[in-house]
Amino acid sequence: MTRSRRVKLQLFRGAVFLVLGAFVLAPIAAMFEFSTRGTKVDSPRTLVAWTNIVNTPDLIDAIVASLELAAITSIAMLVLLLPTMVWVRLRLPSLNRIVEFLCLLPLTIPAIALVVGLYPISRWMRINVSDSILMLSIFYLVIVLPYSYRALDAGLSAIDVKTLSEAARSLGAGWGTVMLRVIVPNMSSAILNAGLLSVAVVLGEYTFANLLNYQNLQVAIAYVGQVSAGTSIAVSVASLLFAFALLMILSFAGRGRAR
Amino acid sequence: MTAAQTGVEVRLEDLRRSYGGVTALDGLSLTLAPGELVALLGPSGCGKTTAMRLVAGLEEANSGRVMFGGKDVTGLSANKRDVGMVFQAYSLFPHMTAAQNVTFGLQLHRVGAAERKRRAGDMLDLVGLSGFANRYAHQLSGGQQQRVALARALAIKPTVLLLDEPLSALDAKVRARLRDEIRRVQLEAGVTTLFVTHDQEEALAIADRVGVMREGRLEQLGSPTEIYTRPATPFVAEFVGLTNRMPGIVKFGMVEVRGTQLPLVQQDLPAGPGTALVRPEAVSLASDHDAVPGPLIGTVIAVAFLGATSRVTVDLGDMTVLAQLPTSQASEHPAGTRVRLSIRPDPVLIAREEKAPAEP
Repeated sequence: MTRSRRVKLQLFRGAVFLVLGAFVLAPIAAMFEFSTRGTKVDSPRTLVAWTNIVNTPDLIDAIVASLELAAITSIAMLVLLLPTMVWVRLRLPSLNRIVEFLCLLPLTIPAIALVVGLYPISRWMRINVSDSILMLSIFYLVIVLPYSYRALDAGLSAIDVKTLSEAARSLGAGWGTVMLRVIVPNMSSAILNAGLLSVAVVLGEYTFANLLNYQNLQVAIAYVGQVSAGTSIAVSVASLLFAFALLMILSFAGRGRAR
Repeated sequence: MTAAQTGVEVRLEDLRRSYGGVTALDGLSLTLAPGELVALLGPSGCGKTTAMRLVAGLEEANSGRVMFGGKDVTGLSANKRDVGMVFQAYSLFPHMTAAQNVTFGLQLHRVGAAERKRRAGDMLDLVGLSGFANRYAHQLSGGQQQRVALARALAIKPTVLLLDEPLSALDAKVRARLRDEIRRVQLEAGVTTLFVTHDQEEALAIADRVGVMREGRLEQLGSPTEIYTRPATPFVAEFVGLTNRMPGIVKFGMVEVRGTQLPLVQQDLPAGPGTALVRPEAVSLASDHDAVPGPLIGTVIAVAFLGATSRVTVDLGDMTVLAQLPTSQASEHPAGTRVRLSIRPDPVLIAREEKAPAEP
């Protein structure tokens, strides 16, 4: 490649990076700017909206609840989905398409329709099991399925699950050992991807929580927004940045494992 | 011999397995003597891999038994059978080094750390890879990976060693070398071994006995020499080594092929037309200067150089015949020359067009 061509390519890359960066960051910068405005047009810059986050107990509770939901959903998803997918690949390959279809199905159903369908179950659980917000994780498990399935499927396709597990079995490994010591370590980046995608989906979820009368992060943001626009914007910026950080970790972790 | 002292007898009794309506194994019975290496040879779909997977416990038989040293292991799951297995696909755990791969099975067998380390060292030494203990699978060549897989399988001191086409992913030169190495290691370890392959050269070179399989059944079981020189059925004759299919007439316990009388392997054949299976090495060539037409006069159309021997293709007008000769002789008959064929009167098999194969 000639020098001038290389320079041109670098310029092009820089330009794309700048445009995309501006596209993503400008709204966030605007939100941040808004969140630091005072209550009147001529009031000085203030961080009251940001300190309000810590001083609004409901908000803190909602943040903690959302983080707990994210953790529970991710772990439950992995425990449920990974062994199922491995089992289907090894023993019931003919069911692979059906499992894929079922896992991707929630993507095609609008959240509002899902909520209406799940409402009776939610009501029954509230009365008979628990009315804790953490019960939401059962429904969140459904909406994270498509994303997690895709991530795990990519990871499983990258390794020869059948041969590796059969090799481990012949060396004396039970199914638990096969999963934990052979399958999981060889698809750690796919598992991380699936987990972080689930976290991102759960942290951004509004419809389920709102319609089922639970207060998670997004519901709290909307609620606070009605009282103090600045605070709700500050929380939105914070949660967006948190999601960005997660996605960064995801992409770098994926790169680190690449062979 | 030490081999016979450490290995155990492995017995497969009337194993049957079908998938849906397709029969993969149709009553396979086979006994491996302690320390013996038996190769199961056959075309794809003949049931050889199914047989191996049943011995490994990776699949369940519909009926029949698998016995290791007189003990019935049919009901045991794969992780309790104590078999070492090397697969066709590269099967090293990618997140572990060669040494960790070898110690994996030892850990599961609750072998102490010091002993694990020692044995892993010994095993890698045995397969000639002691300098590669800390390499990961992706840092090893295909041949090296299969050698580590062999070391890993042998480290647990298995009752039976199962080799499922371990060489088929390798290139020809590595394949031949590793084949000999597997045999050396197997003899050294003295472990009873079942080797599955579709490559007849591999099976004949490595095995104590070769079992040729067809449609889920054992067509013939015998020493490599026996399988090659005295094939029991036309299928074996054609699958193992090259054969010329030459039409002839069976009469008086002989077959007449283009004017040459050849003795028969099958003694009780009724008279009539049949196809004689003639090995290329039973065909010899002489220069034909007289140019008198005859049933065994033809023209050389191709000479394939194979090293010490060459394979000459002769066009007889209505058919082509392969002859395998020492290269020095073959060079006297370049393509285009007229030659006179003669067929050595070895006993030949008669193939009667696709009837049920004769009993082994």
